[in-house]
Amino acid sequence: MSGHSNYEPKTGFERWLDTRLPIVRLAYDSVIDFPTPKNLNYWWTFGGILAVCLGIQIVTGIVLAMHYVPHVDYAFNSVERIMRDVNYGWLVRYMHSNGASMFFIAVYIHMFRGLYYGSYKAPREVLWILGCVIYLLMMATAFMGYVLPWGQMSFHGAVVITNLFGALPIVGESITTWLWGGFAVDNPTLNRFFSLHFLLPFMIAGVVILHIWALHVPGNGNPTGVNVKSKEDTVPFHPYYTVKDGFAISVFLLMFAAFVFFIPNALGDAVNYVPANPLVTPAHIVPEWYFLPFYAILRAVPDKLAGVLMMFGAIAMLFVLPWLDTSKVRSMRYRPTAKLYFGLFVLACLVLGFCGGRLPDDPVIPGLSTFQLLDADLNSMVWLSRVATAYYFSYFLVVLPILGLTETPLPQPESISAPVLPANAPAGAAASPEKRG
Amino acid sequence: MLRKGFILAAFGLAFVAGPALASAGPEAPKDVHWSFEGPFGKFDQAQVQRGYKVYREVCSACHAMDLMSFRNLGQKGGPFYVEGVSANDNPTVKAIAKDYQVNDIDSETGDVVQRQATSADKFPSPFANEAAARASNGGALPPDLSVMIKARAQGPQYVYSILTGYGTPPAGLEVPPNQFYNPYMPGDVSAFYKGKGHVPKGGFIAMTPPLEADKVSFDDGTKSTVDQQAKDVVAFLAWASEPKQTERKQFGVAAMIYLLVFAGLLFVSYRRIWRNVAH
Repeated sequence: MSGHSNYEPKTGFERWLDTRLPIVRLAYDSVIDFPTPKNLNYWWTFGGILAVCLGIQIVTGIVLAMHYVPHVDYAFNSVERIMRDVNYGWLVRYMHSNGASMFFIAVYIHMFRGLYYGSYKAPREVLWILGCVIYLLMMATAFMGYVLPWGQMSFHGAVVITNLFGALPIVGESITTWLWGGFAVDNPTLNRFFSLHFLLPFMIAGVVILHIWALHVPGNGNPTGVNVKSKEDTVPFHPYYTVKDGFAISVFLLMFAAFVFFIPNALGDAVNYVPANPLVTPAHIVPEWYFLPFYAILRAVPDKLAGVLMMFGAIAMLFVLPWLDTSKVRSMRYRPTAKLYFGLFVLACLVLGFCGGRLPDDPVIPGLSTFQLLDADLNSMVWLSRVATAYYFSYFLVVLPILGLTETPLPQPESISAPVLPANAPAGAAASPEKRG
Repeated sequence: MLRKGFILAAFGLAFVAGPALASAGPEAPKDVHWSFEGPFGKFDQAQVQRGYKVYREVCSACHAMDLMSFRNLGQKGGPFYVEGVSANDNPTVKAIAKDYQVNDIDSETGDVVQRQATSADKFPSPFANEAAARASNGGALPPDLSVMIKARAQGPQYVYSILTGYGTPPAGLEVPPNQFYNPYMPGDVSAFYKGKGHVPKGGFIAMTPPLEADKVSFDDGTKSTVDQQAKDVVAFLAWASEPKQTERKQFGVAAMIYLLVFAGLLFVSYRRIWRNVAH
């Protein structure tokens, strides 16, 4: 999509088409000849894995939509009917429901990869922001999709999440009424969620095209964070990365298949197999695992509006990240201090996910009650989430801005082909490359 | 929701104030093992047949199974499946269906009439509607059992534990009328406990202890104990919740082998292609 094209039409038809619609040239330049740094490790395979995830969700989703009935009286049974009476319906439905979790596993790894290797830094800010847009769209899609089976958790989850908008001053109530299509979560809500759940994946696909376009302008980053200097630093995408991504995709699909075929309901809540009943609230309302960190942030704040703002703020941090990190060094491989803070950041995200799945007053250390601090015992999930939330925001607002100015990074290699040498090593040592897949 | 958080926080305070009164939650379900567990697990057809008999003679008096039709009993993997016989023509299934009368509309007059059920009919519900179900059960609604095993955490163990968990309530526990104490039932009995020490685990359930020894006579000569009946009916309910479970697992084993071989080939190709690239 940028730079010189090496495509040479081989047949008469290709030449004819190339002067009218150079689509074969586009494909050739994008996925065959595209020069890609030769030192990408397996963390870089998740882009391809995510493309496969999106494809699986769209294909299975279209088949499900042929059989699903978006009506409060029929939705639950229609999903069960798909699994009982539609040929291989169980396969399609379990691929779709587990596929959402797989999609999020892959996207979180992809995002942490970007955070660690500084993939958001110039000149890839737009690429990063488009990724954040995709992530937001994914969350909206996943949330609305979870409502469709119209189980207890679907219904009460929808009530909790749509009510969050009610916290906004002045316009809050109007917004929730508008979202619901009435004065409660009911049939109109289910219908519009179904419609939007069908639409959003195609918007995701559209933004994915922009994301890949924005990737192909500067080209891939790489684990050293050093720019590509010469042709020696790169290999053509095909066959080098098609085969490597292909291998990673098949390993990922092995894990995917293990869930679909052997533990298809392990990632979901059993309560969602109870049909929705507005009059009975489940003891625990918890979102799917991939939303738990945000749910923990929401509950960490003792004010509804502030909690909602913090929750959205947590995602907003990602959008402005390229301008928060002041370090000129792209890869944390050469930023030992940053590496430590990054490790803590990953830990904070995991802790938030853990807290999000528990009741706020559950003790962190069982059986120990310490002392009351403001509104809760110090040894409680709510206080642990507060600590983790504070760190989450500090990482973006304090650590990254300051660390870039104060730290001393390690020396970076001259180029991708010549990894950094020990000070007294002979010049020829550069020939022994890093052993990295 | 935050208000709920504060209410829960208040509960938390109550816990600190008087830990002796705290409800302990239900007992962890009994550790039972099933033939349908694990990636290679399968249903034991004889057990699922016995389980159906328990459901039919005991549970179905109060519990509907709206998602089940008689034909399901004769489909592949079902309790009365015979190879080469379609589910609708299965003689056992037809004979079972014949025992039931279902409502239909007379096409000549439009009147509601009764006719013998066929393989294509759904399992009839024991009650006409929710109000009728509650009226007959002291206000409690017997839940539909179609997906019961999927709808509870640790489903098979949980249902087995409930069925076999009834016993004499602990001293000091006042069991309300039309209720039964069951240590595996979620709930909180602290308001009804006047005894000393810890509040007993578990909760109250409106279902009368449903199983008794020899209540169901098994056609294959299996001894009809409460434990056996409970295990068998759980196997039947597990099958009904996921009738394609065995097919799914068998498909899964083949899919995993295929993917393993595919991944292996790709890995070898990857090593070959990258052989001459220093990276």
